Amino acid sequence: MSTAASWTISAVRDALRSKEISARELTKDFFARIDNRNRQLNAFLALSVDRAFAQADRIDAMIAKGDALPPLAGVPIAVKDVISTRDVTTTCGSKILETYVPPYDATAVERLERAGAVILGKTNCDEFAMGSSNENSAYGPVRNPVALDRVPGGSSGGSAAAVAAGLAVAALGTDTGGSIRQPGACCGILGMMPTYGRVSRYGLIAFASSLDRIGPLTQNVTDAAVLTAIMAGHDPNDSTSAGVPVPDYGAQLESPLQGIRIGVPEDYFGEGLDPEVREKVLAGIALLEKLGAKRIPLQMPHTDYAIATYYIVATAEASSNLARYDGVRYGLRVPSANLREMYKKTRERGFGPEVKRRIMLGTYVLSAGYYDAYYLRAQKVRSLIARDFSDAFQKVDAIITPTAPTPAFRLGEKTADPLQMYLADIYTVTGSLAGVPGISVPCGKTKAGLPIGMQILAPHFEEGRVLRLARGFEKAGGFTI
Amino acid sequence: MKISREDVLRVAELAHLELTPEEIELYRGQLDEILSYIGKLEKLDVSNVEPMAQVLFARPSNDQPELRDDTLVPCDIADAVLAQAPDAAKPFFRVPRVIER
Repeated sequence: MSTAASWTISAVRDALRSKEISARELTKDFFARIDNRNRQLNAFLALSVDRAFAQADRIDAMIAKGDALPPLAGVPIAVKDVISTRDVTTTCGSKILETYVPPYDATAVERLERAGAVILGKTNCDEFAMGSSNENSAYGPVRNPVALDRVPGGSSGGSAAAVAAGLAVAALGTDTGGSIRQPGACCGILGMMPTYGRVSRYGLIAFASSLDRIGPLTQNVTDAAVLTAIMAGHDPNDSTSAGVPVPDYGAQLESPLQGIRIGVPEDYFGEGLDPEVREKVLAGIALLEKLGAKRIPLQMPHTDYAIATYYIVATAEASSNLARYDGVRYGLRVPSANLREMYKKTRERGFGPEVKRRIMLGTYVLSAGYYDAYYLRAQKVRSLIARDFSDAFQKVDAIITPTAPTPAFRLGEKTADPLQMYLADIYTVTGSLAGVPGISVPCGKTKAGLPIGMQILAPHFEEGRVLRLARGFEKAGGFTI
Repeated sequence: MKISREDVLRVAELAHLELTPEEIELYRGQLDEILSYIGKLEKLDVSNVEPMAQVLFARPSNDQPELRDDTLVPCDIADAVLAQAPDAAKPFFRVPRVIER
């Protein structure tokens, strides 16, 4: 039997085909691993045992009949708890949805399952995906499997921890300001954020609709490419999903990097960047140059305004999206004799401190007298940040940065100061605001053994280029540089 | 100081949040700090910049949203939806009395 880390999509396929293991046995094995580790890690909030075994049995029946297997046949996958799963409790890490059971699947989940994936369960996350450490979950923090006293990053912390600990071959996360890429970096795995609109958001419970994206967390580039391709493409149920054709990412993966122009924004390597992170990411860039990439220094003049812009746009959208939790149609209700009182008491009890803080901030920046000064201004600065990217992509094919300014911090280290927590999103929010695709790949470790992530960004709908650079880096040993 | 206790109460009312006295003080301080930081956007001249309201429309090759045809499709989900309600009286969601008379 293979070890935890060695299960990849293709390894599962080979093992099922050669009848080394059945899909049911593999599923059982993963549930045993979860049973073993989850008390310590708190990565999973719910397990979809019946659904997983039903799917595994379908795959085993196909194998018995000698049918052609779909691309994800029997692959155990975990799903972040902000993504709807039919008949499986979906809490968003919030008490307000503690008992919510969606009547339908998110399109991304449906596509994975149709491709043969076995959905193991739902992973812990910051409440409504608001956070960078997974400490904002109403169901307790997730521990980083690499260093148990550290956070796994957030908000897709449970998904990242599950994959890093071998409790799932891959996991779905969501990224609004870095929530796939940063936990990927913190846990030493890959986190892929596709272009805005590339993967349908249907069934993704909204945080900030103009920023939210679904993407995979994996142990290797090929798996990230396969999962992205299966989820990508237009969905009539999401009017913001793009009708742009999805190319065969696999065909581009192995292309050499000779002549590819990589931009390195100088502002991203300045003050606030941990020296060990800087050293490793610069070594990563040097490795890409050795592989034939041409390094070009970049100026992205509006980077310094990105956090402020992001926290206005994201909280404004959140305050609007989260208005739906009022105790009427689903989730928690705190009874009251008066409707308005019922709304207020339900929301007061159901939401945690970070969600309330962001609803307050978002409501403030949208309120009469402040809209122009904050929200409208932030939307304009967002245009300038997007322009920084379009200008850069006139000169370069991809942009390389650190994923996060520091490795994973200690549990509790930043919880007292929300602004300090927000500032740690500096390298990820820019790509989020611009809508471009990006990936965080492992890029060595600190002396203390903490994983470091390197971010690769490319123009809209150039996931193939992101993945090709990541694959070249992986093949050349960049992950352990 | 960017935000007063009265501002916090006003915003909480707009957001339908019933904050405790401790939360009011906590959020006043934290929102004040965050808004002071956000104030850095005032330094930029954005008088000739269009707001970015949509991501995909920003791409020159796609200036139209993807809209589906306006056709009716069956949507028989009322029972499944009502099953999630804290208090349902088919086909309604039941709430406390709204209209006094």
